[in-house]
Formats: sequence, structure tokens, C-alpha cells
Amino acid sequence: MSVTGVEGEDRSNFTAVESKQIRRRSLRLLGSLLHPVRWPVVAAMLIVVVSTAAQVAGPALIAYGIDQGLPALMEQNWVPLAATGVVYLATGVVGALLIAWYTIMSARISQAVLIDLRKRVFLHTQRLSLEFHESYTSGRIISRQTSDLDAIRELLDSGINQLVQGLLYMVFTAIALFLLDGTSGLVLLASIVPLALLTRWFQVRSQTLFRRSRTASASLIVQFVETMTGIRAVKAFRAEKRNEKVFGDLVEGYRKVNGRVIQLFGIFDPGLVLIGNVAVAVVLLVGGFRVVDGQLAIGALLAALLYTRRFFDPMEEMAMFYNSYQSAAAALEKISGVLEELPGVPDPVTPVDLWAAKGAVSFEGVQFEYQSDRVILPNFDLSIPAGQTIALVGSTGAGKSTLAKLMARFYDPSEGQVTLDGVDLRDLHPKDLRRAIVMVTQEAYLFSGSVADNISIGKPDATPAEIVAAARAVGAHDFIEGLPNGYDTDVNKRGGRVSAGQRQLISFARAFLADPAVLILDEATSSLDIPSERLVQQALQTLLGGRTAVIIAHRLSTVAIADRVLVMEHGRIVEDGTPDQLIAGTGRFAQLHAAWRDSLV
Amino acid sequence: MTTLTDHSHPPDPDPATGIDSAAAPRRNTLQVLLRLYPFARPALPRLALGMLAALLAALVALAIPQVLQRLVDGALARQDAGQIWPAVIVVLALGVIEAVLIALRRWFVLGPGTHIEARMRNALYARLQDLPVTFHDKWPSGQLLSRAVSDLNLIRRWISFGLVLLVVNVVTIVIGAVILVSMNWILGVIFLVCSVPLWIVGYLFEEKYSVVARRSQDQAGDLATAVEESVHGIRVLKAFGRGKFALQNFSDQAESLRGTEIEKARAIAGIWLWLLMIPDVAFALCLVAGVWLASQGEFSVGGLVAFFATATVLRWPIESVGFLLSMTFDARTATDRFFDVLDAPNAITDPEHPVTIDSPRGRLAFENVHFRYPDSPSRFPDLLDGVNLVLEPGETMALVGLTGSGKSTLTALTTRLYDVTAGKVTLDGVDVRHLGREELRRHLSMAFEDATLFSASVRDNVLLGRPEWAERSPEADAALEEALMVAQARFAHDLPEGVDTLVGEEGMSLSGGQRQRIALARAVAAKPAVLVLDDPLSALDVDTESLVEAALREVLSATTALIVAHRPSTVMLADRVALLENGRVTAVGRHSDLLRESEHYKFVISSLEDEERRESAREEVSR
Repeated sequence: MSVTGVEGEDRSNFTAVESKQIRRRSLRLLGSLLHPVRWPVVAAMLIVVVSTAAQVAGPALIAYGIDQGLPALMEQNWVPLAATGVVYLATGVVGALLIAWYTIMSARISQAVLIDLRKRVFLHTQRLSLEFHESYTSGRIISRQTSDLDAIRELLDSGINQLVQGLLYMVFTAIALFLLDGTSGLVLLASIVPLALLTRWFQVRSQTLFRRSRTASASLIVQFVETMTGIRAVKAFRAEKRNEKVFGDLVEGYRKVNGRVIQLFGIFDPGLVLIGNVAVAVVLLVGGFRVVDGQLAIGALLAALLYTRRFFDPMEEMAMFYNSYQSAAAALEKISGVLEELPGVPDPVTPVDLWAAKGAVSFEGVQFEYQSDRVILPNFDLSIPAGQTIALVGSTGAGKSTLAKLMARFYDPSEGQVTLDGVDLRDLHPKDLRRAIVMVTQEAYLFSGSVADNISIGKPDATPAEIVAAARAVGAHDFIEGLPNGYDTDVNKRGGRVSAGQRQLISFARAFLADPAVLILDEATSSLDIPSERLVQQALQTLLGGRTAVIIAHRLSTVAIADRVLVMEHGRIVEDGTPDQLIAGTGRFAQLHAAWRDSLV
Repeated sequence: MTTLTDHSHPPDPDPATGIDSAAAPRRNTLQVLLRLYPFARPALPRLALGMLAALLAALVALAIPQVLQRLVDGALARQDAGQIWPAVIVVLALGVIEAVLIALRRWFVLGPGTHIEARMRNALYARLQDLPVTFHDKWPSGQLLSRAVSDLNLIRRWISFGLVLLVVNVVTIVIGAVILVSMNWILGVIFLVCSVPLWIVGYLFEEKYSVVARRSQDQAGDLATAVEESVHGIRVLKAFGRGKFALQNFSDQAESLRGTEIEKARAIAGIWLWLLMIPDVAFALCLVAGVWLASQGEFSVGGLVAFFATATVLRWPIESVGFLLSMTFDARTATDRFFDVLDAPNAITDPEHPVTIDSPRGRLAFENVHFRYPDSPSRFPDLLDGVNLVLEPGETMALVGLTGSGKSTLTALTTRLYDVTAGKVTLDGVDVRHLGREELRRHLSMAFEDATLFSASVRDNVLLGRPEWAERSPEADAALEEALMVAQARFAHDLPEGVDTLVGEEGMSLSGGQRQRIALARAVAAKPAVLVLDDPLSALDVDTESLVEAALREVLSATTALIVAHRPSTVMLADRVALLENGRVTAVGRHSDLLRESEHYKFVISSLEDEERRESAREEVSR
């Protein structure tokens, strides 16, 4: 098994080698995210160094005030005490100002990193092939972009603050303690040994749990999204009870993992306090005897005690940091996995420009199979001259949609090549490819937003007049005008309020507006009623004038406007000719046509 | 709009700001958080014990300086080494007790927090499943998702951590202040007076922060919606090469979220500034005053030591109030957002005293049915404007009409996905609103044109409507087989794991036609009294379609059926046809009769003339 890309994402039992591979990958990603903000990070660190030093000065100043200021005052010398007070006040104000500044600065840094990561994931998932999307599922991508990014945000927002401040605080406190009293410093140093052991124990135990928690939350999200997008079917089939059980189990699983993480914390945190308190007692013991012997001033003992106690103060926050770190690390592992996926349909390295495509498409020795070794197209050849309209006919599973997807470069052939005007689609500049070839599928997805917005996906800079013209051309204008706000009507989530036929009309208008050299229609009229279909066909006849078109339709009415009919079976073309030739013959198409003709009224 | 908005037109009611919350009373933070009570109630005893443990731990921490004072003023001042050991042992014992109490606190609150979160999550999910389709039409699922995941996470952490610490820390601060005052009232008062600005700042902070926090959570929800659409609409974006374009819109949204987050950081920085500065100012003043008092002999050196040791113990609680407050306000907004959903009105509920129909005959009647979508402007007539139609038991009725004439809406009224706005739909004479929804949807089964399959095996998907059968019982298997046969979905047996193959989001991706046939099998397997099919064969090829039709005819002979039809071949399945025109059924009759009598019907269903015209044209050309 491999852990490259998103493989092995659901496992939590990685071998040492795999763990290392994953860790390296996440660190690489983290490094590349932090690189652009490295100077702000350095600046922020400097601020924190100064502000923490100011904070740490406190106990030493108190000690000075007691040990030096008090005797001086007894002799009516106010200077040492007043100076101490002023310095204390100054360090306090400066420290606080710096930390406030740092808070804003670190928010800027973390937001910069987050937006960078968000965009990267978004762009990359857009780039990944359909094949990837079909197996990885939308719910998981959504959970990468939501709950995983949340985990990283938390780390950056509070975690880094805690780590940097906490670490520095501890270091400075330790240094201050050493300067003040070396013996107490040694006691503190000794306490680091159990501290390290405890931390290590926690780290090992929590890593697996955090990974499991990410996986559990992802499956929760998948189930949630699926229910909400399919709510009509849920209701119609009374799946509520079943879903509640499924979801309840997932919630419980997530709860348990979370509970175990927190439980781990329940041991770690008091463990820290215990080590700290024991250290305080030992410092007191060692210091007390020396005060009695006159080797140590009382103020110094107080400062040593305060320092020792304060040394452990950030530990709880550090533990919280570690918490968010672990959960962010697990999230980063998953995200870096997605980012590591290579697009199955990669952009060309040296793209060939094709400014004005004529629209000649040809398949040369194309073979195609999906991951499973189920060959869909075995050694397929086809040449479509520019401007020809082709009707593709054949039963389900004959490979028609695959052919269409290869032409639109949703997939790449495993062997052979598909060319447009003699250029391999794999070498064509993506911009030119998408401008030249447009595919309209049966499932006409509408994005939330207005009808006009949805049509303008075909041409983002279209004027309102162009949008209306496109809608008019496909016969969608009338129903759009009848919507509450006409072209500005919000189509709402998933196009709930627009019927399936209307959605297809809108997506037709999209394609019309895009004005491509090659148009592929995969069952694009299946939900239209007959009058609408008639209008669309009229539009197509104008639209397809000088254009190459491939039309897949079960309803043979579409065939009427085709120059050429291809009948496919098991990935091969079994009949090829003009509609009239084929209808006049005795082949499969002639039979289909006769049966269809009989069904008309 | 998420991926493509231009913000140039005023949006429809915006779920982000709460569709219904405008009318809801404005609550303060405490009132909002108290609404969590029903979910938190079972956990309260443990939460209280957790707080008690935390409080005791804080008291122990405060006790340590007292021991130090005794030691400094007693043993150390008198150079008496004999007192050191007992004092150290007491300090050590107190330290151990503090650690144990902290462990106890964590142990007490561990369970309740996660249980509350799980309970709320299940409640939210159940509520969402119960809310009508009109609700889901309005709310993007990204907004719902961010509530179900991030918001509830936040609430959990607040309850088991933020709430407990906030209460305990405030109590600790108060007790500590009392101790400080009792040690030396002058120093104590200085310390207290200094803390006054903190309360003012904290109050101002709430006002500023809650607004930003709500905006940030809403924008995060919008962003989730944008991601969701970019994934669900991936084919369109790819087909038109609009990935970059979608990214641009996504970035704009992400940028506004970033702006809000930085604003939030500013608010936090503002309160941090005071929370860090004020204790230091207090320390400085107390130091000067304390040393002066000591020089006057009014305060012992040991007292001074203890005073600062106590004040140091109080530092963390004081500093922590800042982030505990921001966490509390975050939790408040999260709670608001949670209740946005729970408070959403649900007009489609079970009747108080549901009627039951033991053995339905399947007479489905529409009686002067009116329907309009809630946001439809008043200048438009009702979408369904007085539909009258009766389906006799066992009859198959085709519903024909132009795209957008309301056919799908009419079918959705039968199972109460929407409710009529006037008139009624009856099953065997009983208004469907008087039946329990569960029962109604058992009697009436639907297949949609966009076939949604769930992440489950083919078997579970098909038998979804028959939860009463035990898994793999003989009758379940028989029904599965029959349904697959009728819907021509026996290809399921050839899938890698046969009918146990996982399909849907998480499983194998099937073609549109395959999905549609499984969805049809699902409707058939439910063996309902009334079958409602919304253009169920649109994605099938001609051969398969005719096979399905032949098999369906058999099923339909005993079942009342309402079929939305676009093609003549589907109409052929029906005994009678109803023509929907301008919101009314304008003609009902046999296909051949309607063809003769109704011009509109001919216009809607017949393509024969086009075909003949084309053929004659073709013949002329070839001649």
C-alpha cells in the first residue's frame, strides 16, 4: 500500500516509513506556505522577544525592590525604589503594547497563510481530473476546505502565539532564574527531564488519535452533505430514521475519538502542574536553608520561587498549542495529500496555441479504460471534418459518453491521441481548448446566483444584451421573463426552483453564448418537452451552421439535423453514414428509427 | 451567490443574516447561552463538580503563598532551619493536591462536553431532516455544514473549558482580591482600583467583538458553500474552462473573511493590551507602596513576599479573562446560529391527531389546488391556480404540460414536500395533511428526474422505502429482485460486488441512466398504493425505455400512478392523460381523444408533424 496523494487517507496505522513520508510532505507544504511571509514572521518574533523579556523582568524587579529598595528607603533614599517602580511601569506598558501589536501582526500572517492555502486547495481541486473527483467525493473535498482548514486556522491563530510566547517566556524565565540564583536554576533544569518524558508520551499517544479524529469528522461531513443535497429523496422515502441512525453512529464515533483526545489531555495537564509544584517545593527547600545560612537574600528566594512557578505557567498553554498543533498536523497531512495528487489530465508543459479553431476532430488509435481494467474503447479511430454535425446513437454502455468526455478532455486516452485541427488535445493550450470545445451534459448544474450569472458562465464578459440574445436563441427567454425577477432571479440552492427542463435550457444558453468551434451535447435535451426541444433544434440548426457538433440523444428527433450518424456498440462504430442512407438500409439504426417513428403521435 | 456573485443586485433573504431572526427578540449574551440549558442539563452535575474541583485547585494555589509568608516571617527571619522541612512538605502536599484537583476537573467535564456536542449535532441533523424543502431551497448547505461542525465544536470547547474556567477564574480573582485586601488593605485597594478599567474594557469589547464574530462565522459558511458548489458543479466549470473564474470569486470571498478576521484580531489585541498592562501597573504601584509600608514597619517582609506571590497566582486568571471572554462571545454567536435552524418555522408537520388509512385503495384527488412559492411576487398568478383532478384506484394518469407549467410542483404536493396554499390533495378522501408524514410517504412513493442515490449498497438504496423488512430476509430479497427487474436495473448484479456494491457519493459512480433505473427500482420496491413518477425515464435510451415500460405496465395495472411525461412513449403507459395549462388541468382524457380535441395537447406532445415535414423535405431533396 502506498500513502502517496490521498491513498491510505482513511488509515491511522502508518508504518514508520510511511509516517515519515507523510510528515515530510506536510512540512514541505508548511515551509512553502510560510516562505512568502518569512519577514513578517521574523519581525513578529522580534517583537515577541522584546515583549517577553519585558514581562519576565517583573520578579527580578520585585526582588530588587525588596532587597535594595527597602534598605535604601530605611535610610530615606527613595531613588532605588522609585527607579524600580518606574522601570516596572515602563516594562509593563511597553510589554503590553508590543503584545497587542504582535497579536494583530500574527493575525495578518496567519490569514495570509490561510488564504494562500485555501486558494491552492481550491485551484488544485479544480485542476484535478473528473476521475479523481468521482472517486474522492465532494464531501471529502468540502471537509478538507472546511474542518481541516479550521484546524490549521486554530493553530495559526492561537497556537503559534502560545508556542512562541510560551517558549520564549520559559527560556527567558530560566535565564533570569540562573542569573538570579544558579542553584535554583539547576533545580529547574532537573525538572525538564520528567517534563520531556511526559511530553514525549503525550505526543506518541495523541498522534494516532488526532489522525482518527480527522477521518471521523470527514465521514460525518460526507453524510451531512449527502443528506442535505438529497433532501427530497430523503423525505420521499422516509429515510430520516435510517439517516438519523447512520449519522448518530458517526457522531458517536467522532465523540469517542474526541473524548479520548481530551482524556489524554486530562493526564498531561495535571502532570505538568505536578512537575511544576514539585519544582517549587524543591527550590524552596534548597533556597530556605541557604537563606538561613545567609547565603541568599529573602527577596532573591521570593524571585526564584516566582520564576519557578511562572516557568510552568505557559506549559498549559503549550499543551493547548500541542493540541491544536496535532490536529492541524493531521489536517495538513490530508491537505498535502490532496495537493500531492497529480492531475490525471495535466496542463501541457509547452502548450500549442490555436487562436481560431476550425473544428476538425479525430481519434487516432484511441484506447480507453477506467481504473478497473474494463476497456471501454478498444483501438478507436474516427475522423470528424470541421463543420460536420454527428449524431451518436447506441445503447447504454456502448461508450458514447466516454467518447464525448475524451473529446472534451475530461479524460485522456490511455493510448493513441485525440486531435483538434491536427493538434493533440494534450498539447493544446487549456484556454484555447476550452474556448474551442464545449460540452453540455444532461445534468445541468446551476450555481447559486441569478439566471444571468449562470448563463454568463459561457462568456464571463458578456453584456446583458448578449445574455438575452443567447436565451432567446434557445427559447429560454420567455420562461426567464416569467420568473419573479426575470434574469436577476436567484436560482437558489441547486436550482431547486427551476425545473429540470428549464435548467437544461439555461445550460444550453450558456453553451450558445460560449460560441465554441466544437459543441458536444451529451443527452442535453433529455428533460425538455417537445415544443422546447423543437425550439432548441431550430436554434441548433442556426448555431451548428459552421460548427462541428457531436450530439448524443436517445430521442432520434435530433438525428434529423445531423449530417452523419454513428451507431456505437461495445466501444466500436458499427454503422456510419448519412441519416437517409442508414434509414434506408436494414441495419440497427433503421430498426431503431422505425421503432421510434412508431412511437410518435 | 457563491462562485459567481457580482453583488450588483439585492440578494434574496440572506440566510447568513438569519431569515427569521429579524423578527426574533434581541437577546443578550447570557440569555442566548442559557438556551443551551436543555442540551446541557444532564451534564450539569458533572459540570458543577468540575467547577468545584477547579475552584478548590485555585484555592490551593492561593494557599501556597500563605505558607511561604509563615516561613519567611517565622523560620527564615529567626534563622530557624528546623521549620523549613515541614513548610516544604506542606507546600509539596498542596502542590500534589492541586494537580489531583486539576485532573479531577478534567475528568468531570470530559464526558459532558462531548455528550452535549453530540446531542446538539444529532438534534440539528434531525431538525434539518424535518424542515420542509422550502427551507432547504433557501439555505445553502455550506451554511448548514459550518453550523453542524465548527459551531458545535466551539460550543463544546466553551462548555467544557471556557465556561468552567471563566466561572472559576472570576471566583479565584474575587477570593484572591479578598485575600490581598485582608493582607494589607492599602495594597489590596490599589490592586482593586486598578482592575476597574478592565471591567469597562470588557464590556466595550463585547459590543464590538460579537458583531465581528458573527460576521466571520457567516462568511466562513458562505465560503463553505462556495467550495461545495465548485465541487458539485465541477463538470460545468471544466466544460467551460472556468476554474480560474470560479477561483476569482472564491478568492474575493476568502478576502472578505480575511478582512473580518483581522478586524477580530484588532478587537482581541485591544482587550489584551489592557489585560496585560493593568496588572503590571498594579504590580508597580503595589511594589512602591509595599516597600514604603515595609519601611514604615506597617507590613512585614514575609507579608510583602506573600502579597506578591498571591498576586502572581492571580495574574494568569486575570489575563485569561480576555480570551475566555472572546471564546464566550464566539460561543454565543455559534449558539445563535445553531438556533437559527432550530427556530426556523416548520409549516409542514404531522397533524396533532393523525388519521390512518389501514388499507389504502389509492384514490388520489386534487381538489381546487392552489400553490405559489412563498417568494413569488404578487403580480404573478398562482403557479397552480385551481387544479382539479381525480385518479381512481388502479388508474395510471399521465401529466403533460410545458416546461415550467408546474408538473413537478404538483407531484411534490402529493407527498407534502410542499403544502398546498389553498384547496386540498386527498388520498382515499383523506386530506394528505391529516395523515402522518411517515404514513403518507409509505402509501405514496416517488421517483424524481434527478435521481439521488445515497452512499449505501444498491440493495439498501432500493429497499430504502421498506425499513420494516429484516436485512436479507427472503421477502426483502424477492422484492429487490422484482424491483430491479421492472426497472431494468439488473446490471447491478454485474457490479464488482453485485447488489452489495456501494453507490452514491461515497461509492461507485454510475451513469445518469443507471442511477435513474435504481431510483425507479426504489420507488417500485416500496410497493405503495400510489406511485408518483416525475419523468422517470428521461435518461434512458430507447431500447431500455421500452423494456422498462413493458415491465412497468404490469406493476401499474394494480397501482394508482401519476406520471409526469414529456414523450409520447411515456404517455402510452397511462390510461388517461391530464393536460396542465396556465396552472389548471384543462383537459383529461384518453391520449387519442385529446390528440384530436386539444390543440394545446397536440402542440405539447406531438412531434409527428415536424417529422413528416422533414421527411417529405428529405424526399424532395433526394428526388
